[in-house]
Amino acid sequence: MSGDMQRPILSVQGLTTVLARSGATILEDISFSLTPGEVLGVVGESGSGKSMLALSIMGLLPNVVRRSRGIVSLDGDELTAQSPDHWREKRGRDLAMIFQEPMTALNPVMRVGNQIAEVLRRRRGLSGYEASKEALNLLRLVEIPSPEKRISAYPYELSGGMRQRVMIAIALAADPKVLIADEPTTALDVTVQAQILDLLRKLRRDRGLSLLFITHDLGVIAEIADRVMVLYAGRVAEIAPVRSIFDDPQHPYTQALLASIPDMKGPRGRLVTIEGSVPAIGGMLEACRFSPRCPFRRDICEWERPHLGVVSGQQAAACFRPFGYEQPLEAVI
Amino acid sequence: MSRFLVKRLAGAFVVLVLVSLMSFAIIWLVPGDPTAAFLDTSATPDQVARLRQQLGLDRPIAMQMLDWYARIVQGDLGHSILLNRSVTAAILERLPVTLSLAGLALAFALVMGVLAGIVAAVHHNRWPDQLVMSLALFGLSVPDFWLGIMLILLFAVKLGLFPTGGYVPFSEDPFGWAGTIIMPALTLAIIQVGFVARMTRASMLEILNQDFIRTADAKGLKRAEIMLRHGLPNALIPILTVGGIVAGALLGGAVIIEQVYSIPGVGRLIIGGILSRDYPVIQGGLLFLAVIYLTVNLVVDILYAVADPRVRLE
Repeated sequence: MSGDMQRPILSVQGLTTVLARSGATILEDISFSLTPGEVLGVVGESGSGKSMLALSIMGLLPNVVRRSRGIVSLDGDELTAQSPDHWREKRGRDLAMIFQEPMTALNPVMRVGNQIAEVLRRRRGLSGYEASKEALNLLRLVEIPSPEKRISAYPYELSGGMRQRVMIAIALAADPKVLIADEPTTALDVTVQAQILDLLRKLRRDRGLSLLFITHDLGVIAEIADRVMVLYAGRVAEIAPVRSIFDDPQHPYTQALLASIPDMKGPRGRLVTIEGSVPAIGGMLEACRFSPRCPFRRDICEWERPHLGVVSGQQAAACFRPFGYEQPLEAVI
Repeated sequence: MSRFLVKRLAGAFVVLVLVSLMSFAIIWLVPGDPTAAFLDTSATPDQVARLRQQLGLDRPIAMQMLDWYARIVQGDLGHSILLNRSVTAAILERLPVTLSLAGLALAFALVMGVLAGIVAAVHHNRWPDQLVMSLALFGLSVPDFWLGIMLILLFAVKLGLFPTGGYVPFSEDPFGWAGTIIMPALTLAIIQVGFVARMTRASMLEILNQDFIRTADAKGLKRAEIMLRHGLPNALIPILTVGGIVAGALLGGAVIIEQVYSIPGVGRLIIGGILSRDYPVIQGGLLFLAVIYLTVNLVVDILYAVADPRVRLE
């Protein structure tokens, strides 16, 4: 596991985003850091703000959303303090992203080779010929079958898994320091999902890629992440090494998430679900947002916001249950 | 791709058969005796009979139809009674005039419309967008014949920059040609500029919301690169369809504009034919316009396949 000594490659502090019009919060006070070569998994239900977090870090928030507070720094470079053009310069160079929907994330009327080469020409200053040669290498790297043929294919001629590989090739084209993967396997079927995960693991091992891996699938997290951040309704519920999350979850929400994974070995029964649903944006409590669904709810949960506190070692949770929050928060994030 | 083309060609053929049938039927569908247009009331029954024979109206209708088809497949559109010459020759002689008018207008409409539409989409809901949309609405609402007259009054009569009308062939005097054709072409294009601008804006706005635009943004491409390399090529697909409609509308509009600017084109020929009930000219002109219209649409279909690789798949 990456030590705390190492300088973080990506650091997010107090990130808060709101709807531009109503001012309703989407993400609130998100802080974490990513060390070089580390894979941080981000889990949460739909609407927990996972994708918004990815877009905030990329500087690609849609017009209707605004970052109201917080710092994003990439390798010591404070992106939030500089111009949008500076951030744009970092994108595709030091910061890359893979999207959830490979079917629509590629330009339908442009050959995939050109979509990769475009990054190489712009980001690495390669000539047209060098760029297409390098694009072919990248297609090989992401293990696309018969890359010589695929390089001149249009996206509609490729399967979902192959398109996701092309997306990964695009993301890797400029040799980024940090790769953000927003549910990269969700839209794919299970065998393809496993192949893509294998590929990402291999790239991480071979290239020392730092990865922010967003998913709602705890099984995927178990396979790839070093540490896990659990989001609930735009706040961090718990952040911990992957083993602690699975073996000793502290936040009631994390526990409920784990309990709702169907167990293939045990006797078949009703699927466990978490009562209720994620609160809608604008209708969120200032107090603990999970309290309406929490089995351990106490009075304090309904009128005060629990701050993230250290449980032990690298594990922290935002809950009022007695964990002994003596250590300072900085020890974890 | 070839199957796609064959299908489109077959469709065009069916339309052509229907149009030719309608052109043939005009003579029978319009009330009144066709001969009445050429002879005054004092004509003797003998004279009427001779003219009917000359026009072939005395023969059985099935024979007339066979005759009509036998002629048009050879490119013979009949003989104009009023001009006393072949309709095909008359049309071909005037064709370059109308084509240069409509072609220039199409170029104006597409270039100005697409540029204005992109500007509006890029500055969505800000002042350039509102300005472009107001101008487009103006262009769409102003009657072209009125605009034509106003432009003549301003630029030809008051400022004397252009002639008030007429036509100079390009081969004789390129500058003279430009002087006579630019104003009519602009007048003709103005409505279509508004139309194309609105369609381009709508198409661009839709494309700019697509996931692959976000991908392009995640690549760190410049805004202009995103617009021109990823936005426009995708937005062009619906704009092409609009281009076909515009080309058709320009051909129709040319008829009026030729009248306003006294340009001796196919439109004026057909109007003259209609006013004097010169049936061969009307029939021939109708068929000819249909052929041009079909050709334009066929070209658009082919361009469609060029612009969108998915269309090539059948």
